[in-house]
Amino acid sequence: MRIVILGAGQVGSSVAESLVSEANDITVVDVLPERLKKLQDRFDLRTVVGNAAHPAILEQAGARDADMILAVTQSDETNMVACKLAATMFNIPTRIARIRSSDYLSHPEIFSPQNFSIDSAICPEQVLTDYISKLLEFPEALQVLEFAEGRVSLVAVRAFQGGPLVGHPISHLRTHMPQVDARVAAIFRGDSPIIPEGSTVVEVGDEVFFIADTKNIRGVMRELRRMDKPVKRVMIGGGGNIGRRLAKQIEHRYEVKLLEYNKSAAQQLAADLDKTLVLNGDVTDEELLREENIAEMDVYCAVTNDDENNIMSSLLAKRMGVRKVIALINRSSYVNLVQAGQIDIAISPAQSTIGTLLARVRRGDCAAVHSLRRGAAEALELVAHGDEKSSKVVGRRIEQLDLPKGVTIGAVVRRHARQNRRDDAAPLYDYKVLMAHHDLVVEPDDHVIVFVVDKLTVPKVEKLFQVSVSFL
Amino acid sequence: MAWLLPIMPVLGLIAMAMSLSHLLPIGVSLYTNDGMAGLFTVSMTLNMLIGFVVWFASRRRRQPELQLREGILFIVLVWVGGALFAAAPLLFGLGLSFTDAYFESMSALTATGATLLSGLDYLPASINVWRAELQWLGGMGVIVLVVAVLPMIGVGGRQVTKAEIPGPMKDDRLTPRMTQTAKGLWIVYFALTFACMLAYWLAGMSWIDALIHAFTTLSLGGFSSHDASLGYFKSITIEVVAMIFMTLAGINFATHFRVWQARSLAPWRLDSELPYYLGVLCVSSIGIALFLWINGIYPDFATALRYGAFNTVSVATNTGYATVDYGQWPVFAPLWLIFLGTFVACSGSAGGGIKMIRAMILCRQMNRELNMLSHPNAISILKIKNRVVPNQVVFAVLAFFFAWLATLAIVTLLLTFSGLDVLTAFSASAASLNNIGPGLHEVGPSTTFAILSDFQTWVCSVTMLLGRLELITVLAILTPAFWRK
Repeated sequence: MRIVILGAGQVGSSVAESLVSEANDITVVDVLPERLKKLQDRFDLRTVVGNAAHPAILEQAGARDADMILAVTQSDETNMVACKLAATMFNIPTRIARIRSSDYLSHPEIFSPQNFSIDSAICPEQVLTDYISKLLEFPEALQVLEFAEGRVSLVAVRAFQGGPLVGHPISHLRTHMPQVDARVAAIFRGDSPIIPEGSTVVEVGDEVFFIADTKNIRGVMRELRRMDKPVKRVMIGGGGNIGRRLAKQIEHRYEVKLLEYNKSAAQQLAADLDKTLVLNGDVTDEELLREENIAEMDVYCAVTNDDENNIMSSLLAKRMGVRKVIALINRSSYVNLVQAGQIDIAISPAQSTIGTLLARVRRGDCAAVHSLRRGAAEALELVAHGDEKSSKVVGRRIEQLDLPKGVTIGAVVRRHARQNRRDDAAPLYDYKVLMAHHDLVVEPDDHVIVFVVDKLTVPKVEKLFQVSVSFL
Repeated sequence: MAWLLPIMPVLGLIAMAMSLSHLLPIGVSLYTNDGMAGLFTVSMTLNMLIGFVVWFASRRRRQPELQLREGILFIVLVWVGGALFAAAPLLFGLGLSFTDAYFESMSALTATGATLLSGLDYLPASINVWRAELQWLGGMGVIVLVVAVLPMIGVGGRQVTKAEIPGPMKDDRLTPRMTQTAKGLWIVYFALTFACMLAYWLAGMSWIDALIHAFTTLSLGGFSSHDASLGYFKSITIEVVAMIFMTLAGINFATHFRVWQARSLAPWRLDSELPYYLGVLCVSSIGIALFLWINGIYPDFATALRYGAFNTVSVATNTGYATVDYGQWPVFAPLWLIFLGTFVACSGSAGGGIKMIRAMILCRQMNRELNMLSHPNAISILKIKNRVVPNQVVFAVLAFFFAWLATLAIVTLLLTFSGLDVLTAFSASAASLNNIGPGLHEVGPSTTFAILSDFQTWVCSVTMLLGRLELITVLAILTPAFWRK
């Protein structure tokens, strides 16, 4: 696929990085030559210097025969204009823009083909904020990812001494909780994946990924570790884009304190936020943390723009007695250093937000992609199209599928037209979450949730789900 | 002093325009045949003539726009001079002394409602209508009326309203042009008054009583044509009507205007003061009723609630009607009422006192300071309904509050110095400063301000003016800097 990426900031670079490895032709546009140079040094891609909203620059970047444009510059307005130009001047079929302002996002009609022609507007900050707030909701989990509009969740939990399932084979889950259907998708022991069988024994320290109906995940987690008290008090370090969104989103559910170093930014935050206590000070100021009772906090989230600051302040907070720390870390080498040590959860913004973009880039009908374990593994929600003849999936039992090694099917979400709808406001369809037992038969339009341990096998999985042209 | 000249022609025009307000009492006088028509006609002619002379003599000095300083002085002169002209019919028609007539007309124009007249029931109908009409005009602010008229005669109104519209946040524009705003407010005021008059009439008042009481209800003035005030009618329907309209009149008229403009109730729901205003009124009404009932003042709770609620709403909104002599209640109750009268009315209403919005700002400022003690690094911002109140406004409110407290203390001291007892002096001072009307004890609801000496009467007249023009405006004129070129 030929893809034009506008903007070589954090989002643009990490998107470029993960797309370039999937055999795409990438062109990156940015106003700053230094940024582009860095990219070009590392990857095999073309770069163009200039304003991404100018027709001449887009032309130069090969917009004429591009298949997709990703407008992810810092400026919403540039992104919107670029998408409009891509549609009217260059006929690029797929246009994705990063739109941060909630004001624009609250009027989806401005993205329609008659207006700004944006196929999908994404907001990485919002994705990240949702991600963190899910973790606050389930403080025991390392990762909570949703599929099929939140009906199915993939949860990563570290197995602890004391969980009823720990030290037992996975098949015991059935006997412990006969009424709950859940499926262990993968286990990571140390850094190596284990493809779970019924007889695989869960050991202390294992990172267990399981898939379950969203309403059951608490129960399943209880099998793997003792439950913590629900989160009540949260401290956020850093009032940037993410800190502000996070505070705004959770301030009515938890008691929130927010630290911001810049005084005038702090004042603006205090004006915008309703119940959050905004504090002016350094996130690594031990005195300030003590004064604000860090020991009494349930969770500390370090979300400044600076990796080192985030790491240092979370280490400090952890030592001062906070129950759990979450740190935002951009550099993947740092993530490997600190994860599972003192810092409970290290979040890589690029990895957690790239999924929304990847879902659009993939061949086949891909409803959601979540990148796991720093991009090594992936969970996909694929839609099975076609019929028994044209598809290699539809009409077959799960055990019959020709899955590559290290790929497991976790669950299937099936849609039924709703019977006797009383009023027009009622949803059109009922959804049913089915765990992928070996004898389940895939039907057309099922959403299949696939767990891929090794990212290199993703193209094979996609191919499996593609409708073969010859049969059409 | 030459810089004063530009306001003279405007003052002249105002005087001429205001002289037309005599037409209503003249009409009433002719209709009821109470013999005052001649007097009012003379007063009107005199008023018109003086206005004309002032305007004619200084008309060449007119300027297109008033400066802020001129605007402030202009406002004060309109009130001082307006009360002077309005006092003439009382002076000659009732044979009052000049001091007393001026007090009465100042009390009317400031919508205070303190009176030193007794035997109101036997006064000529036209005099009662005149007193009520003055309150009605004063209530909305003679100025808002003037603002609607002034631009037509070529004088911009922006500087004028800055000094006039009550409340700390004055830049909250309703319409792009001041004239439209003034007209809008005026229409809402007029419509509510008309509705109120109709309701009173339907509830059983005579046309003239309905007119007088509608005037004094909407302006939160509180003059009545009966010594027993609204208690005269002994009608629960009339009391309920009065309570509803007093409550409405205590709300920011800008909010009413928005409701009328948008044809939706949303502006009421979004008003920042309204929940507190209604909350305080409800809680206090029920609280006072319980207090009265428990103390055995009234045999049953229903009666206690009827009298308790009415007088609470009346005093809290600074109207000053009474249905019973609440001065006879155990002293906690009337003191509580006076306390309510100091802050309950919303900004932008005809009520007096420091206004609900200032009380809210003061409370939140206090919380902010307390919060700073436990979180020294916290950035705390004073917000009203999600809007940040700039520190400058907070300082202005603090200064205003200090001026208000100081005035209250000084006036109380002056009144006790001249021989009044503490309760009378304090309540007279609070009732004048907050434009409530009746005080307690010797100036309570069943008595009048007639017992005051001339000196005390003047003190109260000035206090009413100070309260109406929100202190700072008047106090600014008293500073040397104001007069320096």
